[in-house]
Amino acid sequence: MVRFEKVKLTYDNSGTLALDGVDLKVDEGEFVFLVGPSGSGKTSLMKLITGEVRADSGKVIVNDFDMMRIRRRKLPKMRRTLGVVFQDYRLIENMNVYDNVAFAMRVVGASGRDIRRRVPYVLELVGLEGREKRLPSELSGGEQQRVAIARALVNSPRMIVADEPTGNLDPVRSLELMLLFEKINEMGTTVLVVTHEKELVNAFAKRVVKIEDGHVISDGGEGYFSYE
Amino acid sequence: MIREGFRSIKTHGLMSFATVTIIMACLIIMGSVALLALNIDRLIDDLEDQNEVVAFVDDGLADEEEAKAIGNEILKVNNVSSVEFVSRAQAMENYMSKYDKSLMEGIDETVFRHRFIIKLHNIEMLKETKLALEEVPGVAKVRAHQEYANTFVRIRNIVSGVSLVLMAILVFVSMFIMSNTIKLATFSRREEIAIMKMVGASNGFIRLPFVIEGLVLGILGGGLGFLAQWGLYNLVTGSLMDSLAEGFLSPVQFMDVAPMVLVIYLAIGVLIGVFGGVNAIRNYLKV
Repeated sequence: MVRFEKVKLTYDNSGTLALDGVDLKVDEGEFVFLVGPSGSGKTSLMKLITGEVRADSGKVIVNDFDMMRIRRRKLPKMRRTLGVVFQDYRLIENMNVYDNVAFAMRVVGASGRDIRRRVPYVLELVGLEGREKRLPSELSGGEQQRVAIARALVNSPRMIVADEPTGNLDPVRSLELMLLFEKINEMGTTVLVVTHEKELVNAFAKRVVKIEDGHVISDGGEGYFSYE
Repeated sequence: MIREGFRSIKTHGLMSFATVTIIMACLIIMGSVALLALNIDRLIDDLEDQNEVVAFVDDGLADEEEAKAIGNEILKVNNVSSVEFVSRAQAMENYMSKYDKSLMEGIDETVFRHRFIIKLHNIEMLKETKLALEEVPGVAKVRAHQEYANTFVRIRNIVSGVSLVLMAILVFVSMFIMSNTIKLATFSRREEIAIMKMVGASNGFIRLPFVIEGLVLGILGGGLGFLAQWGLYNLVTGSLMDSLAEGFLSPVQFMDVAPMVLVIYLAIGVLIGVFGGVNAIRNYLKV
């Protein structure tokens, strides 16, 4: 669940105004595409959600955490309610598929028994059964991104946020990946996907939030957007 | 998590090796300076011990027993560590043994006075002690080499000053090198740390393997540094003894200071290792 009210964000070092009065509401269980050209503020919005940056003013609520007031010490707790997926997968190169996913559970202090039960289930969900022992370098881009999604899912987050998850994939793999996100959403997890791939967005009848120059310029136009 | 620490030492073998080597090198350089200073200090101690104060007994107290009794009074004087009575007969004998006997012909022992050989705790207070000794009833005259004492005090002050400054510089330099080495080692793990942060690892959880790693590397560096220092010290003092000033120089035995050196090396190693580890990842934890 995400609530943005009149959110303003400038970057200290450059003074650039990244977001200027953004209002956004994503409810529990929704599937939302966040679209816009590069430099529009999509990634800044993501960073506000994950707590990597803090807004100058306004109101930012993520999964019941007040991100304007949250203490640094509490950030790990908040992040456990999120699953984050990046364009460049961000897997640990010297760990195999299984360990990359299990690692995320170990980090939050899950028991060995829970890990052994949960990881194979998630790997099967994303379609990677039988690849547990492979290293990331031995996988295709689509498979690597599935590992990243499995890692994001493994701690049962309330929401998945994905920043250009198909940026490095061909159209067929991209479509498969979106279908996976749709499946995850149908299982009850909120999904927020940042992308600039028009065809992909148009292939799904989902809510589309358009952002440009730090403003939300349209919200809700299901299934279609253009850059005009 | 302890396993994580060990695992990362293994997987970052080259960096671990560099870290241990640098801890070792810094410790050996620091230790060598400290041991040199210690040896100079001991040497001065020895020389100081040879710088005795002699108190001559008044001729009026010719009787040996009476003269001896003054020793107790002398011992009460501040800064006196030991008193040795030398009778005029002994004094003459000592004198005769040093010089040609023919010079002494016809001279009897009454030329010499009974005397006390006095050793002091602190040579810096020689002047005051000498004055106090002269006040003791029955003491006729006190002989002391003020100028030697001054020289020793000066040398000691210079040595301890120089070694302190050197050690301070070395501690600073080694901290800097350590921090940079570990920073290099952790640079490659920025990604790993960023991922850990993203999935909600607490800072303590992320830090712990680095702390354990620093601890293990510190202990390794300290231990190996100790062994290397031991070998090096014995090598240097051994060849020094062989080549020059045999008998004059008596270096401190390494075994006498070994437990202290080991404890200090391990402590500094652990300190540098843990501090370096924590410091190096501090920036990555801010996200």
